[in-house]
Amino acid sequence: MSGELQVRNLGKSYRQWGGELRRMASWFSPQILPMEEHWVLRNVSFVVRPGESIGIIGQNGAGKSTLLKLITKTTQPTEGELFMSGRVAAILELGMGFNPDMTGRQNAFHSAGLMGYSHADIQNVMSEIEIFAEIGEYFDQPVRTYSSGMQMRVAFSVATAFRPDLLIIDEALSVGDSYFQHKSFDRIRQFREQGVSIIFVSHSLGDVRTLCDRVILMDKGSLLRDGPPDEVVDYYNALVAEKENAKMTVEQRREKNGWLMTRSGSGEARVADLRIVDVATESELAVVRVGQQVELQLKVAVRDDLPRLVLGYMIRDKQGHVIWGSNTWHTSQVVEHPRAGEVIQFRLPFTCNLGPGSYSVSPALVSSDTHLSDNYEWVDNLLVFDVVNVDRNFFIGSNSLDARFVIERGQEQAN
Amino acid sequence: MLGMLSGAWRYRYFIVSSVRTELRTKFIRSRLGGLWMILNPLAQVLIFAFILSAVLSAKLPGINNRYAYAIYLMAGTLGWSLFTEIVTRCLTVFIDNGNILKKLAFPKIALPLVVIGSALVNNLLLLAAILAIFGVLGHMPSTALLWLPMLMIVGITLAIGVGLFFGVLNVFLRDVGQVVPVLMQFLFWFTPIVYMVKIIPEQYRGWLILNPLIPLITGYQNVLLYDRMPDLIGLGVTFLVGIIFSVIALVLFRKASPEMVDQL
Repeated sequence: MSGELQVRNLGKSYRQWGGELRRMASWFSPQILPMEEHWVLRNVSFVVRPGESIGIIGQNGAGKSTLLKLITKTTQPTEGELFMSGRVAAILELGMGFNPDMTGRQNAFHSAGLMGYSHADIQNVMSEIEIFAEIGEYFDQPVRTYSSGMQMRVAFSVATAFRPDLLIIDEALSVGDSYFQHKSFDRIRQFREQGVSIIFVSHSLGDVRTLCDRVILMDKGSLLRDGPPDEVVDYYNALVAEKENAKMTVEQRREKNGWLMTRSGSGEARVADLRIVDVATESELAVVRVGQQVELQLKVAVRDDLPRLVLGYMIRDKQGHVIWGSNTWHTSQVVEHPRAGEVIQFRLPFTCNLGPGSYSVSPALVSSDTHLSDNYEWVDNLLVFDVVNVDRNFFIGSNSLDARFVIERGQEQAN
Repeated sequence: MLGMLSGAWRYRYFIVSSVRTELRTKFIRSRLGGLWMILNPLAQVLIFAFILSAVLSAKLPGINNRYAYAIYLMAGTLGWSLFTEIVTRCLTVFIDNGNILKKLAFPKIALPLVVIGSALVNNLLLLAAILAIFGVLGHMPSTALLWLPMLMIVGITLAIGVGLFFGVLNVFLRDVGQVVPVLMQFLFWFTPIVYMVKIIPEQYRGWLILNPLIPLITGYQNVLLYDRMPDLIGLGVTFLVGIIFSVIALVLFRKASPEMVDQL
């Protein structure tokens, strides 16, 4: 099958030879060994099956870019193997290699030539490239007169003009205006539907969740996690907090309803209880009606004396999109000096203006407005509840906007 | 080695279009555009002709044309400029294209081939200009011109061998990029382009055999000025030296290839 990628035990090291002559000698004699080896990537193995979309996430310096360079073969692995079938297209750094004095069209020819296509092949898709880029007569103007967004449009159009078997995207989509971002996202989705395998590197975890079937988490040059998007992304979030807090534990559990609970934190304060109740009756709910007055009731058990305590929470939909989130830092309701043994009850009333579907509540106990300085506890998807539409007109979406239709009828006026 | 060749073949369209692009960009921004490629060597010829024809006795044996020295200069310059252009551009070709090499996977060998292509086109333009000037000066070249393609092939072989060798080294040792232009200066003056071989004292002439450019350049002079065929044995030796250089350079290139991108 085309579009398959197998990576086996891949590693890349940058070597210090203690002099270029020594390095050159090493090309001809295997006995000459480097003085020092610095591994930026090691023991990485994974498989991308045909038609699969893989996200790669990780902090700066985790080895993501090196991995991509190895996959695109711009740089050679020091050890390990890489098998690939089909045609690879990479959108690494758009607009790179454009000659500012030549027109967009000439540059498009040149770039596609660099991808190995013949003049006739390129000629066939040139009008498509021009149409997709939508930069009008600028297409025949020198590139130096372009804005960076326009360059990016041409570059993306060229890079995706031919259907590849494996498409590699490195955060290239963050440039350009939102109209073109949507357009390029659509094209990538189309490729995905046509069975193109995709490797997508991004810091936008939301994009990764929506676009990928599987996510790979890289850390310090090795592969840390390889699994379903929600699992790996939540683990990554917990890991980011861990970097800042030495004594941290991460615990993950897949619940029966399919939601993944991830609990992490240093544990000075913990969520002892979380429930959702009807405001009027105080009875606990599992299913909430659209528009119902409800309240989250949350008990926090404090284990140590703390300078201050901030509670934050967010509500997410099944795809992991945050519907709403805030914390008591922003509302100026920080709890000062909670003492060990204290139990603090938080009540979080709201009107359930959510659309029908399944939602989760993720609470976090921290000391300031982010979870990076002190993360006492962070639980992803601790509470899950369903919203049903009982008494409203049918609608879709994650919000109950209360939008209406106003219709006025009349005769067409003849002028 | 075969993989390298097939890679270059797959990228033939790219190579051709790059050569075309390079020529085109020269014409876009400057008024006289690609003419500068010809004007530069011709200006050099003009300077040497002016200054040196007074110093050297400008009469060349067996040639009646009073512009004989200028023609001699142009013949040598034509051969030299092809050689020097390929060498100096190959020297920096990987560094100059580092940006692309780091981001895109394509056969690296395509880059020196683009250099050869565009240098050849420039040289042919220079040849056309020189032939036109010959016409004006009243010097009609003969059928000996048919030897020119062979001279060019020999020149390109030698140039690409030397250029690729130093070009690869230059990626790792940037000093090479500074040293080679100086060496080229020496080579220029150690080759009878501006002067005639016979002005070199008899006892030193034996050393000339060490310079593989001499049979090539004198070949150009034979063909363009004296209407004679080049010295085939000398030229054969030069070609052999070029082949040896090219093989060494290709081996070096292949060994260095995996690490090259990391050094750019």
